[in-house]
Amino acid sequence: MKFNRIKEIIGFGLLILSAVLVVLILGIIIFDIAIKGFGAISWGFLIDFPKEGMTKGGIFPAIMGTIFVTLITTLFSIPLGVSAAIYLSEYAIEGRLTRIVRAAIRNLAGIPSIIYGLFGVAIFVQGLNFGTSVLSSGLTLGLLTLPWIIATSEEALKTVPQSYRVGALALGATKWQAIRSNVLPYAFPGILTSSILGLSRAAGETAPILFTGVAFFIPGLPGSVFDQFMALPYHIYILSTQHHAIDQVRPLAYGTTLVLIAIVFLLNLAAIIVRYRFKKKYYI
Amino acid sequence: MNLKKIKEKAIYVFFFLTGILAVIILLGIFLMLLINGLQAFKDVKLLDFFFGTVWNPSAYGESSYGILSMVVSTFMVTLGAMMIAVPLGIGTAAYIAEIANQRVGDVLRSIIGILAGIPSVVIGFIGIVLVGPFIAKVFNLSSGLNALNGSILLAVMSLPTIISISEGAIRKIPKDFKIASYALGANRWTTLIRVTIPAAFSGIIVSIMLGIGRAIGETMTVLMATGNAPAMPHSFFDSVSTMTATIAIEMGEVPYGTTHYYALFAVGAVLFIVSLGVNLIAELVTAKYQGRRT
Repeated sequence: MKFNRIKEIIGFGLLILSAVLVVLILGIIIFDIAIKGFGAISWGFLIDFPKEGMTKGGIFPAIMGTIFVTLITTLFSIPLGVSAAIYLSEYAIEGRLTRIVRAAIRNLAGIPSIIYGLFGVAIFVQGLNFGTSVLSSGLTLGLLTLPWIIATSEEALKTVPQSYRVGALALGATKWQAIRSNVLPYAFPGILTSSILGLSRAAGETAPILFTGVAFFIPGLPGSVFDQFMALPYHIYILSTQHHAIDQVRPLAYGTTLVLIAIVFLLNLAAIIVRYRFKKKYYI
Repeated sequence: MNLKKIKEKAIYVFFFLTGILAVIILLGIFLMLLINGLQAFKDVKLLDFFFGTVWNPSAYGESSYGILSMVVSTFMVTLGAMMIAVPLGIGTAAYIAEIANQRVGDVLRSIIGILAGIPSVVIGFIGIVLVGPFIAKVFNLSSGLNALNGSILLAVMSLPTIISISEGAIRKIPKDFKIASYALGANRWTTLIRVTIPAAFSGIIVSIMLGIGRAIGETMTVLMATGNAPAMPHSFFDSVSTMTATIAIEMGEVPYGTTHYYALFAVGAVLFIVSLGVNLIAELVTAKYQGRRT
């Protein structure tokens, strides 16, 4: 009996230890980047172009490029993703086809991001002749984000009580009217929350944009969707592995990393605030 | 009235088309990889491709396209990652599901959510600035950019997946199982190890498979942290180049339509099939589990 008690204490100790370790991993990552990145960040770092072979100056074009490409991702993946979710949640009859669609979505979510990059090269850059551009990269990231948007939007639609739908139908509304006026508004906060989270992941992706449009350095901001662009994640990669003076630009790499993490966290925070505010409004 | 019906029908067709888009994209990706990848075999022998250990597309004279080294590298780095992430992940999952109170559990879940949201390029950066120097110092190596570094980073990247899915599986086990076990005189630890975890086993397997899928497909972390030596690795201290890293490095520079270009798509096709296979195992385990339950 006593032996069992000792085993229990050791066992639970190990479980606690693993949880502590996981927390510690995140702590070390955030702490290191925050401490060393903070020194590099100034107003000029955020609004200046890189200077002297990227050893000085700021990251303004990389910030703008990331915003620009994420915007195209948004315009592409959210309307399509939410529509697909509406189909699955409101129209689809559970059967063979629907099962195949769901399996395809799950498998798309598991495809490595670099494969999306290859697809982007073959379809957008070469096939549709968009070239290496913001548009090609935005669409590639849009495809990558699509399964996430569909899956999470469907979850949001599923939380809408059935009575909302039948209530509208009983009053003579068509199916689409019922969806538009009774289902979508109710599911909106959930869809918005998950969309923001999906975009925050797209903003941090590097592999899909590597050969679809991102550039090492360009002297100006992209003037149209067919121009190449700079992006924060790629800038981190360049500064930490490809630059000719890696040690010299290390502080800039830290600064850029801190800015990227800050953007991702702010988007996550926005998602949490949206969820919280609407929760109060709708008394969900 | 008729117009209304037509409108409804049109709306339905629109949603249907967006609904089946996922299937079209998946098929499109598969066909694109297949068509482009197969072109490589005009110049490269199938056996040389799969079993050749030398990948040297730009060699003077005879170029070689053997992917065995990078396939082994990918699996080696993934295996190392799982050796770290599986015990750590399941331990954390069990802690959250079984020991932690509501408050601590919520905090841990959001911490894991934050970890999942950190971009892979940032984890790769940490591999260069923290993990690499640490490995070099501890093992007295000249460089810490090797397979071990990649494994540690991939473990970090797959932990959120493993933890959250395992935790869900463990928490779903009915209370009756545990109460019955306690009634037989088992303590909480014995109940966890002998009853709860075996009952949640299929869910845990799914979490591990998805974690493996994540690790195999990760690009930026391994690209930045493993040193990218395109040779057959002999130990975890060797610098390795995985399938994903090879594509990432070479795709940007290769001229369109060359054998090298198509060979990279062939590597992509192999990667695609491997990750599809891993997902399929997860799906089958899930299906079997659901079948048993209902």
